[in-house]
Amino acid sequence: MITSTLETVPDKTIIEHLGIVQGSTVRAKHIGRDIMAGLKNIVGGELQGYTELLSEARDEAFERMIEQATAKGANAVINVRFSTSSVTQGASEILAYGSAVIVE
Amino acid sequence: MEAFIELWQILLVVVLLILAFFTGRIAELRHYKSIKRREHALGDLVVVVAKTLPPMSPAPATKLVRGSAVISVDYFKRFLARLRMIFGGRIHTYESLLDRARREAILRMQEQAQELGATMIFSMRFETSSISKGRKNAVGTVEVLAYGTAIIPQG
Repeated sequence: MITSTLETVPDKTIIEHLGIVQGSTVRAKHIGRDIMAGLKNIVGGELQGYTELLSEARDEAFERMIEQATAKGANAVINVRFSTSSVTQGASEILAYGSAVIVE
Repeated sequence: MEAFIELWQILLVVVLLILAFFTGRIAELRHYKSIKRREHALGDLVVVVAKTLPPMSPAPATKLVRGSAVISVDYFKRFLARLRMIFGGRIHTYESLLDRARREAILRMQEQAQELGATMIFSMRFETSSISKGRKNAVGTVEVLAYGTAIIPQG
């Protein structure tokens, strides 16, 4: 599966557009991580726990998008975009979306 | 007794402010040092926002790469920012927070691309979100994501 933020795939032509594919996940913060984050809020610096948490969540959203594209019979997802929004306090939704296409 | 508790509370805030001033300052200086060193080392890997690829032959392989960082300001800077919100104007303390997070995210994306043997990153995009917008809507913690397409030359 080719994934790209570009509108085309180099040296290949798009033969069919299969529409939008998306994958999302909603994650809540872990209480243990929250305590550490509380400390870091005082001293400042990177919250590694959160960086990892969001990175894992993004991997999952991305995987779901790929699954959807595979189910549609695509071999590439182009123009991929990520989006993050906080649903409620302490939980955020991560979304990955793009256009599923068949390239040759 | 009540006066004593109040005094103790004020003292705690002052101690926290002093502690945060030093730790936050050290953390920021150290982070900027590391950012500058890595930016210098990764200077050859050009990051471009443009979408159209220049003609290359043979055609390169492409792969999506990303990097992210969650960074928080310290208590002292948050205190200054809250004061600023009364008078309005530029909040320098948050500017440096976002600058650090963004540069760190780009660096992580570049490191990922370098591992793949890429020479360029095209169509780079940013995504910023605030985490822990809890009490009194004080932001304080931001996540920045940088993502783009790594251009890997073939042959």
